[in-house]
Formats: sequence, structure tokens, C-alpha cells
Amino acid sequence: MRIGVDVGGTNTDAVLMDGDKVVGWHKTPTTPDVTTGITMAIRTVLQETEVPAGQVKAVMIGTTHFTNAVVERKRLMETAAVRLGLPATECLPPMVDWPADLRETIGNHTYLVHGGHEFDGREISPLDVKEVRNVAKDIKSKGIRAVAISAVFSPVNGSFEERAAEILQGEIPDLSISLSHEIGRMGLLERENAAILNACLGDLAKNIVQSLRKALKEMEIEAPFYLSQNDGTLMGADYAEKYPVLTFASGPTNSMRGAAFLSGAQDAMVVDLGGTTSDVGMLLRGFPREASVAVEVSGVRTNFRMPDVYSFGLGGGSLVSEDPLKIGPQSVGYELTSKGLVFGGSVLTTTDLAVAGGLADIGDRGAVRHLDASFVDQALDEMQSMVEVAVDKMKTSAEPVPLILVGGGTILVSRQVKGTSEMIKPEHFPVANAIGAAIAQVGGETDRVFALAELGRDEALAQARQEATDKAVAAGAREETIVIVDVEEVPLAYLPSNAVKIRVKAVGDLAL
Amino acid sequence: MRLLHTENVEDIALGAAVLGTGGGGDPYIGKLMGISAIREFGPVTLLSLDEVDDDALIVPTAMMGAPTVMLEKLPKGDEIIKAFHALESYLGREITATMSAEAGGLNSVTPLTVAARLRIPMVDCDGMGRAFPELQMVTATLYGISSTPFAIGDEKGNSAILNTINNRWTETFSRSITVDMGCAAMIACYATTGKELKEWAVPDTMTLVESIGRTIREARRAKANIVETVREAVGGFEVFKGKIVDVRRRTEKGFARGEAVMEGVDDYASQTLELHFQNENLVAKVDGEILVSVPDLITVLDTETGEPITTETLRYGYRVTVLGIPCNERWRTPEGLELVGPRYFGYDTDWVPVEDRYGS
Repeated sequence: MRIGVDVGGTNTDAVLMDGDKVVGWHKTPTTPDVTTGITMAIRTVLQETEVPAGQVKAVMIGTTHFTNAVVERKRLMETAAVRLGLPATECLPPMVDWPADLRETIGNHTYLVHGGHEFDGREISPLDVKEVRNVAKDIKSKGIRAVAISAVFSPVNGSFEERAAEILQGEIPDLSISLSHEIGRMGLLERENAAILNACLGDLAKNIVQSLRKALKEMEIEAPFYLSQNDGTLMGADYAEKYPVLTFASGPTNSMRGAAFLSGAQDAMVVDLGGTTSDVGMLLRGFPREASVAVEVSGVRTNFRMPDVYSFGLGGGSLVSEDPLKIGPQSVGYELTSKGLVFGGSVLTTTDLAVAGGLADIGDRGAVRHLDASFVDQALDEMQSMVEVAVDKMKTSAEPVPLILVGGGTILVSRQVKGTSEMIKPEHFPVANAIGAAIAQVGGETDRVFALAELGRDEALAQARQEATDKAVAAGAREETIVIVDVEEVPLAYLPSNAVKIRVKAVGDLAL
Repeated sequence: MRLLHTENVEDIALGAAVLGTGGGGDPYIGKLMGISAIREFGPVTLLSLDEVDDDALIVPTAMMGAPTVMLEKLPKGDEIIKAFHALESYLGREITATMSAEAGGLNSVTPLTVAARLRIPMVDCDGMGRAFPELQMVTATLYGISSTPFAIGDEKGNSAILNTINNRWTETFSRSITVDMGCAAMIACYATTGKELKEWAVPDTMTLVESIGRTIREARRAKANIVETVREAVGGFEVFKGKIVDVRRRTEKGFARGEAVMEGVDDYASQTLELHFQNENLVAKVDGEILVSVPDLITVLDTETGEPITTETLRYGYRVTVLGIPCNERWRTPEGLELVGPRYFGYDTDWVPVEDRYGS
């Protein structure tokens, strides 16, 4: 059996699964330190199902620890940002567009050295080993233990970043290093930002992994644990210590993965209706479509495989005003169960309308009997239309696709949403996110340049698939379950050997 | 005369996207450069056209190449200064002021770095009143002003001076040099006297883009109808309101071309608009007939947020409002239409002023 946990802004959900079967689940309020809430959720689900801790074979956790640390500017390491690109890029040093307080929190240590590539693979300037050594000396003298390295056009050619890392590590053996091309995509500042955020979370990552390990031990769970990544796959504890930033936005990803699992649909739209807002995303072959533009994390622009999610202000706790009709974005949030009319409160919410309209039977129906029937109809129409517009916004064509509704606010939608072929409200929809964590697979990705003049396209693709598969196996996947879920080829113009950048992602079931 | 501070730069960059008519490059990097130059060297003096001496020497400065490359290979910062100085020493005369070659997109803010670092004023005008893809497409060309001597520089310290027989040749040569320089270069060209400038320049465009940007910012804060306030600020017309139902793209001769199809809503229900673009928006066909075309501006705004939508981000499902904005009168002459009218871009149609169709 395995346990999936997803930490949200309001609730922490845990689910216990036996193969594909949900054995039990529990929701508990998210605690400020996060770990206490996780422990509470797991402990309760085990108690309620009376399953002994020894039967748990793996624990998968989707956590907001790291996003919170950046938002609160707490527990972040002093970090040096080393960029290879001189003479280019000089006028905009690393972190130039960061909120000043966050930049100061991590020390504002920036170094610009020679290196980097042109768009066509030529070198902007050669790497200067002595220059990098001098940077290392300065970093050492300041006692900085975390470094992010970026280089111009490193997604096309990452060799300069790797070489600089070797030199720095040679001078400072215990330095923790994040390379921008391993984390982000094209767009120097955004990719560099993602690498710096990753670097400054280094100590916290070690602490979190330790404290989760300890918490599980106290519950007598000896099984390995994994953290959810924002691309829908898992990372082991060792990997999580190195790449904490990859947990950002894993919540929406887990919901969508859970929706895919519960409904069996691989290509579909997913609406996760929460208490205050709802998220819409699109599933492609069972995984969320990724955002193609910069995504801001606490005022910092980044670009690294975040799920493309559109949030809108409708949830089960959204406030409703009668004249003129207005729904949200204000919400009673987690206080719904004390403030909503059907729960004996005095605030008209969307949940009250759903009860008045007969869509749900929750709380005291009598408390909403006074509402005018035509007003209720009109408001339900408006809610329906909010969902329809949001779903349409995130679709990529007019073609009707299945729609999966998950989350606690699912009761708000009853009629088929326009532009969808069917509407699925799967069983266990309130904890789709924790289920998404529990069923997550492990993945491997290769992303590098192949010279087609030497290899030929078929051979290059085959090689890339093999590399990704090998990495998935190394990450703990059972080989016979591995499938290739994404292949992307980007031809690089003006290169003599007909070069193409190939990115392949493979995923497989965790070998337990 | 007035001073441009960092807040003004934010507004200019925001407003420049509206006049970018879907193209012109993301002003983000240029904005950051302008802001850091002003922080270091102090605010930039903005002169109105009538404050410029007749015998002053003004040189527009700009970025040339692929804006997407510049998002990766950020500038060193002084290549534009080097190009500027190269031109100055070639001319053997001190340059008095700089200006923007195009008010739309990235190049609206590019000259701020030059003005701040060299402590010279920037003139409140530009050479297009919008964004266009090629170097000869400035109003200066219509007045016989040569783009050469033309200076181009890169971050490594290389620079070149071109002399050509006409402005289209300058476009051809400088495009090749730009590719060798890594697809992102800085240029200084169209040296012009104050007297000439008053004839050919599109006046007050920095103030215009700034006021568009401020309008958007304030409307956002007040949660007002942003699309309508933008329309008023630019003196434009609502051409269409609808939803994007299809986007087709292809690469043709190095340009990103394509069409976006929109289905109308509200007053436009049952109508279809087809938007054709080549980096910038070129023509808007309503139910098969071209109703708005270059050189008038066609700008697509997100109906809900008022955010200008670039041709790269056009996508199925967007709720959009299309605005038609009258271009500067210099483009409305036979010479202007020959340079940037619908026929230059391959549409066999006569240009009809946007206000003739939508003015009533």
C-alpha cells in the first residue's frame, strides 16, 4: 500500500491506496510548519483504516514547504550567482529584476565571467579558467555554500556551465551547485532565476527531507518517501535535496494527475474547484500541459516546466451578492462550514445556491428556502458560465474534449459544460490531489543537442529515447512499465552539422 | 521639456506594446536597461519637437535582430554607445540628442540607455508612430533622409559603418551583419538636423505611449473597463469583439506569418474576423472583406484584462477586442502607402482610412 499526501493552502489531504484502490482518506487543516499537518493527516488515515504502518510501501508527498520559504523569505541560504556570458549581458546582472528584499535575503552576490554561446553555437568568448578560480576564491572567503551557474544559450550547449561547476567544486569541495540548463529553458534571466531559487533552498531541502524522514519514522513507517515534482513525476529524497525548486506548483499538477487516474481519461480538461478559487488545466497523454511563458514565483520571473493553469475566482465559499448579481472573488474560504447559510451562518455563498437549486444536499436546506427561485437559477447560470469561459480559455481547439471535475467545489457544476464531450465527476473527487501524488510515476528526461549529419534522425531519436529510459530506470522505474510521454525536436538553424535539440521524457511505475 | 524617471519608463514600456500592433519585440529587456541606466546616471530629459534647435543633430538609436535572441544574449550595455560614437566621429560633429526609431515594442525604450548614459536629451517623437519590420520603413525615408552613414555595433566591441545608395540597401546589408553579430545588434542611423526632424518625425509619441501605459495601469487599479480607456487614449475604433477560434502559422522568408480567425460576440455575433500578420498585424478581414489594413494600426487586446496580445501569443480561446487606430498622416500619402501600404505586404487592395469605415 502507498500513501499520497498533498499540501494545499487550506487543507492537507492524505490518501491510502492499495494498488488502484482507495482504502481511505483524511483532510486536515494545513499547519504553518507544514510537517505537523502532514503527520496528522497520515496518522489519522492509518488509524481510521486500521492499516498497520508496516504495510505502507511508499509515501508520496506534494508539499508547499519550498514555495512558502520563498514567499516568506525565510530559511533561504546566501547564494552566489555566477553567469558566463561576458562581454554580453553585463548591463543586467543576475537578480536585477528581483524584489529587493528577496535579493538582500540571499546576499546579492553576483559574478559575471567570460563564456557563453551564440544562438548558432559559436562561442561568445572562451571560458577563462583563471577567472572562474578567482570567483571561487571570493566565494570561499565569504563563506558562501550555494552557487547557481548560468551561461548564455546553455539550453543549446551546457558545456560551459558544467566546466565552471567542475572548477568551483575543485576549489570548494562542499559547495552545492545548481546549473541553469538542468532546470530552466530559453530566456536567460528566467532560467537563471529558477537556478538561483533552487540554490538558495539547498539547506532547507536537507532539513525538510530529514524532518519528513523523522516524522515517518515516528509513525513507524519504514518505507521510502518521494516528493512530487511539478511535471507530475516523483523524486527520491536524494534528488529532492538537489532540486527543491522542482516541487513548485506540484499541487495543481497532482490534482490533474489524480483526475486522469480517477476518470481514466488521458486527454481532457480538468477543473479543480476549491474553496476560494478554481484551477483549469489541460491533460495531454495524462500529464498537464506546461506553461510556455514566464511564470512569476513571489515576484521572480521563472520558466521551468510549470503546469499551464488558469485560476479564476469561483469556489465553494465564494460570496454571492444579490443586487446586482455578483459571484466572488471574495470568499469565506475554510470558514464555509460556519459562515455559509446552510451551516447556520449569515453569509450567502455559492454552496448555499447549489443547495437551494437542488444540486447538493448539504447542511440545512431550510436556511435557503427563502431565496427567490429565479434568482437562484440566474446565479447558477452565471456560475456555469464562469466555468465554461475558463475551460474554453484553456482549450487548444474547438474540438470537444472530456471534462473532469475534481475538488470540494464540484457540487457547483451540474450541467454539461459547453465545448466538452462528456463531464466526469469521479469517485473520491475531493482528494484527487493526494491521489495524484500517490499514483505518481518516476521519470527520466534527456534534453540535448544531436548532430544529424553523423547520426541520422531515426538513430538520434532512438538514442534519446534510450537515454531517457535509462534515466527513468536509474530513478527507480520498473523497466517494463516505461513509456515515452513527450518528444520534442527543435532544429537549430545555421549550424554546420545539421544539429537538432531533442527532448524526450520517459515515465514508468515505481518499483516497490 | 520634462524629465523621464523610472516610473515613466514602466508606463512607456506598457503603452509601447499597444502601438507594437502585435510585434516590435517584448520591451522587457529594454525596460530593465532603461531603468538601470536612469538609476545610475539620473533621469532622462525629454524635449518636445518644437524645443529642438533647427541646427541640432539628432540620431535615432535602436536594436536590430531577433528579439527572442536578446532575451537570451542580453546586451553588454555599451554597444549602443559605441555605435553612437562611431557615427559621431564619422560625421565629425557632436550629436545633440537621440530618439526612438519606432514607438511600438522594444525600440520605444532602447534609446533611453543612450540618453541616460551620455546625458543627452531624447526627443518626444519617433519615425513610425507604431512598429514595422524593416529598417527603411520610417517616415524619414519619405522625406529623402538617408539612413547612412549607418553605424552598427555588438557586445564584443565590433562596429561597422555603412554607406548605401538607398535605405532598402541599408536594410539588406545590416541584416547580414546582424546575423554575424549573433542576431542581436545595436544601431544608430538616420542622422538628421532639427529642422528636418520637425518635417518628418511623428511628434509626441513618447508622451502618447506613456499616457497609454498610465491609462492601463490606472484602469487596472480602478478595475475600470481597460479596453475602452485604451481606445480613448489612442483615438482608435472598436473593430471587433470576439473569440479566437483558430490560429494558423508558417515561416515565410524569415518572417513569422499567419492568420488568426475570430468569431464575433455581442454586436458582432455571426461575424467572422480573419487577422493576417507578419511579425506585426497587417490586415483585418471581416466576413472576407479587408476592412482595416496597414499602415493603420490593428491592435488586439484581451477583452477582460486589456493586455495587448502579441502575434506570438495569439491562441485559441482568447476573448479579444480588436482596435483599429489611424496611422500618422505621413503614411497616408501615395509615397507612404507605397512603402508600407497593403500592396507592399502582398495584399492586392487599396488602403481605406480606418475612420472612414468606423468613424460614424
